[in-house]
Amino acid sequence: MLLQVTGLSKSHAGAAGPVAVLRAVDLAMEAGETVALTGESGSGKSTLLHLIGGLDVPDAGRILLDGQDIGAMDDAGRAALRRGTVGVVFQQFNLIPSLRVAANLEFQARLAGRLDPAQLDGLIDALGLRAHLHKYPEQLSGGQQQRVAIARTLAARPRLVLADEPTGNLDEATAANVLEALLTLVAQTGAGLMMVTHSSALAAHMGRRLHLRAGCLT
Amino acid sequence: MTGPGLIALAAHWRRNPLQLFTLVAGLALATALWSGVQAVNMEARASYDAAAATVGEGRFDQLLPRVGDTIAQTQFIALRRAGWQVGPVLEGRIATAGGSLRIVGLDPLTSPGGMGPANRDGAVDLTRMLTDPPLFANAEVARRLEGLGGMTVVVTPDVAANTAITDIGHAQRLLDRPGAISRLIVARDQPLGRPPLEQIAPDLVVQPAQAGGDIGRLTDSFHLNLTAFGLLSFAVGIFIVHGAIGLAFEQRRGMVRTLRALGMPLRRLMALMMAELTVLAFVAGGIGMVLGYAIAGLLLPDVAATLEGLYGADIANTLRLRPEWWVSGMAIAFLGTALAAGGSLARISAMPLLETARAGSMVRGRRTRLALAGAAGLAVAGAGAAVWGQGMIMGFAVLACLLLGAALLLPPALETMLRAFQRRASGAKWQWFWADTRLQLPGLSLALMALLLAMAANVGVSTMVSSFRATFTAFLDQRLAAELYVTADTPSQAAALQAFVAPRAREVLPLLSVPRRMAGNEAELHGIRVGPTYRENWRFLAGDSALWDRVADGTAVIVNEQLARRAGLWLGDPLAVAPGLSLPIAGIFGDYGNPVGQAIVSDALFADLFPDRRATRFGLRTDDPDALRRDLTEVFGLDAGRIVDQAAIKSFSLGVFERTFTVTAALNVLTLAVAGFAILMSLLTLSAMRVPQLAPAWALGLTRRELGRLEVIRAMVLAAFTAAAALPLGLALAWMLLAVVNVAAFGWRLPMFLFPADYARLGLLTVLAALLAALWPAVRLARTPPEALLRVFAHER
Repeated sequence: MLLQVTGLSKSHAGAAGPVAVLRAVDLAMEAGETVALTGESGSGKSTLLHLIGGLDVPDAGRILLDGQDIGAMDDAGRAALRRGTVGVVFQQFNLIPSLRVAANLEFQARLAGRLDPAQLDGLIDALGLRAHLHKYPEQLSGGQQQRVAIARTLAARPRLVLADEPTGNLDEATAANVLEALLTLVAQTGAGLMMVTHSSALAAHMGRRLHLRAGCLT
Repeated sequence: MTGPGLIALAAHWRRNPLQLFTLVAGLALATALWSGVQAVNMEARASYDAAAATVGEGRFDQLLPRVGDTIAQTQFIALRRAGWQVGPVLEGRIATAGGSLRIVGLDPLTSPGGMGPANRDGAVDLTRMLTDPPLFANAEVARRLEGLGGMTVVVTPDVAANTAITDIGHAQRLLDRPGAISRLIVARDQPLGRPPLEQIAPDLVVQPAQAGGDIGRLTDSFHLNLTAFGLLSFAVGIFIVHGAIGLAFEQRRGMVRTLRALGMPLRRLMALMMAELTVLAFVAGGIGMVLGYAIAGLLLPDVAATLEGLYGADIANTLRLRPEWWVSGMAIAFLGTALAAGGSLARISAMPLLETARAGSMVRGRRTRLALAGAAGLAVAGAGAAVWGQGMIMGFAVLACLLLGAALLLPPALETMLRAFQRRASGAKWQWFWADTRLQLPGLSLALMALLLAMAANVGVSTMVSSFRATFTAFLDQRLAAELYVTADTPSQAAALQAFVAPRAREVLPLLSVPRRMAGNEAELHGIRVGPTYRENWRFLAGDSALWDRVADGTAVIVNEQLARRAGLWLGDPLAVAPGLSLPIAGIFGDYGNPVGQAIVSDALFADLFPDRRATRFGLRTDDPDALRRDLTEVFGLDAGRIVDQAAIKSFSLGVFERTFTVTAALNVLTLAVAGFAILMSLLTLSAMRVPQLAPAWALGLTRRELGRLEVIRAMVLAAFTAAAALPLGLALAWMLLAVVNVAAFGWRLPMFLFPADYARLGLLTVLAALLAALWPAVRLARTPPEALLRVFAHER
């Protein structure tokens, strides 16, 4: 079992007191599995992804990722988890604007201490980034930036890839290309993939689909 | 993990070189102005210490004459025979090409150990010292002495500045004062059972160690003034650094979140950022130290002239690089960086990994509340300092609270004013202009705060200097009423001169003085001939109508403000002018520019008290000064230096005055220049971020040229508002300087005058400077290609 989530709850502060975002969510995921997480805006999809990625801490419940209890980790432990075990692909790409594409691509693998130049080379070719290595992120289109973000994540060889609406900022054709590349490369590395999306069409490409409504899995 | 983190942090500066330049330049300028002032202070203090070490000033008890300024050689011999371990000292000045030089004559056989180079290390041959005595001086003085010729000079680096030391016999010959002794130094170890002083030399009095002549103590106030100015310049520089660091950290928030999301622990990230700032502080501090050394080199001659003019202190004219100066300079660079970056670092460390977007207005509201709270806190602290503090430290504490509080209030005040303009604006363009100016305010506020401080300092200090100049000029007109001032060579020539001028001059005013210790202060007692000149010309800060009659009768004394304030005396209080003679104070006169306390009695009383003192200087009232000068030159053969006319003295005194404030003026200009630099850098930095804000206005029909013109108008409007706010603040600063700081520093209080034309000129210059600073960024904006503006909308999609 790659991921096991039990009784996960999370609230955010609101004007009239705490607002429950996730209510006792349970889910499990095997290694190599691909899961689509769908739901309306505000249903808690991104929050669930952030909790699994160690970007946020739950109010209650337990997350076991690759045998490690995320809830028991301190800030440094969660940072180590993000470096080594999970990789997050954000909707806003979150590239480092002051670094060239080449340096951005290497960045997470360097942080994790597992940069493999040959593997990175393969990712660059697979994602068609060779011509853009000397550019800065601002000189790339949205689709190109997202491909850089995917390559950066996969170069660190995470056990679980979490993608938060990775095609949300892209047009339909580019979104299809990016998703295809993501699925192919994840399959090649054997990592699990959990992707948040609004699109039923994109969700149909995933092995399993989970739907969140008002903080509960349905 | 450290390597990639450092690469990412450094990449920001590589992509934003202007920001890096602003930060380094701001910190370097702040360090330079501070360390420049400190180098000057340290050099001056080292000169005081060297003086103390060289001639024992303040370290040993001394014997001084009760009357006059010379001790007879017979008294010295009598004391030595009676067992007193005393060493004679003769002091005087000689003229050299580089200005006058102090000659100190010591007796190498009897001077206490450690005094003077002759017996400090035993390196000098005593026989040679007695038979062919050399002069000991530092290298600079040695060069000047060699210019005189016929002297053997031994270069000794640690001899006090502007001073040469030699055997007392040699000094007597050099100064043409055979057998004269100025004072006797009393060795610490004295034999038991020696007869009391009164028995051997009743005409001498003991001045205990540290009781007088401690030039370091006297000049503390001057150095505190300089330090305060250095601190103000430093604060202005730190505003720039704060702005640059704040902007850099703001722009890197996204990167910080990404780094953390990718697995960089917060603690490591903070450590890397601190290391980055340490390196920047080190580099900027180093550059600042070099600049500071150059500034100190430029300022030192004027500071030396000021200290000599005000306090009679001799300061070395060359700078030395002292380890403590390096340490303090680098420490201030690091402290400045910590102050400027502390808030930004704290915000980054507290920033949640998943930051929820807060509305800009909420952030602005919080900043305004913080600024108002800070200003209120400073107002309370300032009031506390004013109520419970004392003297100059209190003055500076109140000033610091006033300036910082006003700086904090500036952005909310500007925001309120801009909002009012926006409400009253007619037409969409101007409504947009005022709203957009409000939007720019947070980015410009630090630079505007720096400008406010620099301008207020400029208004305050120029008001003080101009008030001083106006008062001083009027004072010189009063005090230098005589048309000619004549100095005779000898008392007998003085008597003949007096007889000669009596029928030719309207009034002859003998000028008599003797150094005295009065009411616990080193001071001077003067004797004057009360007549129409004094009665008509002198103005008093306090005094009764019959004061001149009482002084002429010998029943009262008048004192200068310095002596009155230092001794805590006022009208009617008795002052002991001589042993057994106390006179009531009948008047207190302003004596601007004089560090020494003065008491004045009639010449008749002076002659009774000091019968061996004869006037050799005179003021002469005449309707035809040129004819009288000619006669005096022909009859007595007096050279030009012995007959000085009133105009020459006034011009010399005003020259000394102007030089005294050269340092202040230079620091003032530097501070203003730093503020101008802050404005330029802020506008340049903001212009790089302006495109997304201007693109909608361009799309709605404003031309790029018009947008550029509005940018310039915006900078000028903000500078004008800031200048208007700086005026009352500067006047408050001037009042504090005149009413509190100067009184504590120099012992006199000046009236305050206003100079509206000067303020208007400064305001215009400021607006002009803002125009120049805005011109380049505005031209860049006006030339922004349409595709760059269109890209804004492309990104929004």
